Amino acid sequence: MKILIKNGRVIDPANKIDEILDILVDGERITKVAKDIPGNADQTIDAAGKIVMPGIVDMHVHLREPGREDKETVGSGTRAAVKGGVTSVLAMPNTLPAMDSVDTVEKLKDIIQKTAHVDVYICAAITKGRLGKELTDIAGLKKAGVTAISDDGGSVGSGELFLEAMKKAKANNILVLCHSEDKSLSRNGVVNLGYTSTRLGLMGISRESEYKCVARDIDLAAKAKTAIHITHVSCRESVEIIAQAKKKGIAVTCDTAPHYLSLTEEEVLDYDTNMKINPPLRGKEDVAAIKEGLKNGTIDAIASDHAPHTDNEKDVEFERAEFGAIGLETELAVNITELIVPGLLTWADLVKKISFNPARILGLNKGTLSVGAEADIAIVSPDDEWAVRKDDFCSKSKNSPFIGRRLKGVVVTTIYKGKVVYKKE
Amino acid sequence: MAWTRKDLLGLEELTKEEIELVLTTAESFKEVSTRDIKKVPALRGKTVVNLFYEPSTRTRVSFEVAAKRLSADVINVAVQESSVKKGETLIDTARNIEALKADIIVVRHSASGAANIIARHVGISVVNGGDGWHEHPTQALLDMFTLKEKLGKIEGLKVSIVGDIAHSRVARSNIWGLTKLGAEVTVCAPKILIPPGIEKMGARVTHDIDEALKGADAINVLRMQFERDEQKAFPSPLDYFKTFGITRERLETAKKEIVVMHPGPINRGIEMSSEVADCPNSVILEQVTNGIAVRMAVLFLVTQGHDQRDENTH
Repeated sequence: MKILIKNGRVIDPANKIDEILDILVDGERITKVAKDIPGNADQTIDAAGKIVMPGIVDMHVHLREPGREDKETVGSGTRAAVKGGVTSVLAMPNTLPAMDSVDTVEKLKDIIQKTAHVDVYICAAITKGRLGKELTDIAGLKKAGVTAISDDGGSVGSGELFLEAMKKAKANNILVLCHSEDKSLSRNGVVNLGYTSTRLGLMGISRESEYKCVARDIDLAAKAKTAIHITHVSCRESVEIIAQAKKKGIAVTCDTAPHYLSLTEEEVLDYDTNMKINPPLRGKEDVAAIKEGLKNGTIDAIASDHAPHTDNEKDVEFERAEFGAIGLETELAVNITELIVPGLLTWADLVKKISFNPARILGLNKGTLSVGAEADIAIVSPDDEWAVRKDDFCSKSKNSPFIGRRLKGVVVTTIYKGKVVYKKE
Repeated sequence: MAWTRKDLLGLEELTKEEIELVLTTAESFKEVSTRDIKKVPALRGKTVVNLFYEPSTRTRVSFEVAAKRLSADVINVAVQESSVKKGETLIDTARNIEALKADIIVVRHSASGAANIIARHVGISVVNGGDGWHEHPTQALLDMFTLKEKLGKIEGLKVSIVGDIAHSRVARSNIWGLTKLGAEVTVCAPKILIPPGIEKMGARVTHDIDEALKGADAINVLRMQFERDEQKAFPSPLDYFKTFGITRERLETAKKEIVVMHPGPINRGIEMSSEVADCPNSVILEQVTNGIAVRMAVLFLVTQGHDQRDENTH
């Protein structure tokens, strides 16, 4: 099967390409990228006026399987992914049971094999049951094919234990992904600490609870001489601390999520539980710092932190509602609307943040349109505007903070390993 | 002006004119409680459900008396919070009450925003009887009503609120209401009990009780809830009394005609001495009396607001 994508604006920062080209896909791979490739393919896609980019590599996704199939499954989550132009995801370990043993990993690999629509990479837990007490078998997990380790949803509270985990991660050449949060500081908070928490009478989550833990995690990484990746950076101080660490040559990378570059704590107005996210939506100056961090390269990547929850878990008192928001189906459009449209990032910059850099950080041979690469491709109509509607999501859960908003940029076709897996009607 | 809201959730969203309308409506209802037959037919045939998730005798009784003096039928539903965790959700409970064809839900809940969430999911009127640390609008309205009755106006008054501001819905509602009507509000508490950004709500902050008293036209003394003081801001209630308690000596440094208020129930000897609680400046019992009139006004107005909406949508 050959697919010829014609006349699209090809964005491939790995090869410094940003021009109108054709792409030929043969079988699972890209076989040619050039001007005016003659049309002898089985299928020709007219991409004139469209962006043709490597499929998104989303390095922070909760697929909820096994254990919470009512919220999401590997099948439904990866169906949502292709609609969002995402062709690789890193699945977080806070499943039931937690992804803390070779056995659970093998079972998940089997589910992925049978039901996934895109590549699903596994992030295993650092500690058993994600309880912060006892390390998992990091060497064994690596052998089982795990891509990264994290206790995401929380930090490893004990610095000593985390340091030991980092040393083992280094010995086994596996990435450590840090959800940096000092629980003794964030405690039972539910929104950003400040005027919003005061106005709404809700417990606040301080910025210190994030950035002090970011600083700790970086110190430990420097000591262990291992690479760490700080995920879902939300506040100004964290960006500053990471920038300084990078200057010192410490091997730290980081990502932020679309909601941290587009929404502020003010959105929690009237107790909208879809805006209850951890870390919380912060202030205007934080959003500005996140954007600046993306522009100056401090923030390497953008990941959705797709966190599905059922209506039952969100239609309750604010303080009892689950933390998190879905994002696979909206992330690209939010990034286009907030970063490309205002001219903050070029298309090449954005593709680096959402495809090329995450692939590089995770050590995956993805995120490029090089000849010979697997044909994971998103074709995007960049100027089309659409309204986000609850009923339109294909994720099992509908907890999007962007419902009711108008966004720019529509994924029209997603190709995964040389097959069209999504086509907009 | 006419009242158009079906709910009363907080004073933050009300305009100055709406607050004034509640106060003037309450003035006309106050007289009802002085009659031999303390009843008017304003809400005859209407059903008010007091949905209380937190134990509260005084607010619940005040709403009940107010509703009955308007000739409404009143049903009290007390829900144990521990059973809620296993049982019905807040929204389902509210919808069930709506299905009983009740007209007004008065809700008291420990979770901030509980009334807002209910109001989004039912078509009947919702009155916030206190939600978490968020708002207690009828308390602030009755505080303002009492102040206006005592001092003739709100505009230009200096009002100090003393106590655990961080965890107080009474403080928040008072700050919104008083500042909208042109009063100057000072909040006074130890640093740990002043929530961040409170100045942005329009209040001045002091940590010195003598400063809070100086020049104040009124002082609203909040109940100290030591059972909630998990941060251990004070070693003991006595220590609080020494630093922030209102005593006769402290009161003598203030304006002679200073109005002393307290939302109740008082901890005598903790927030204020017994002497102060019972002194001529104290309007604590008048607040209770005025609470009836203000709640009558609120129940009456939200019913009108609801009916008006109905007409507009039909």
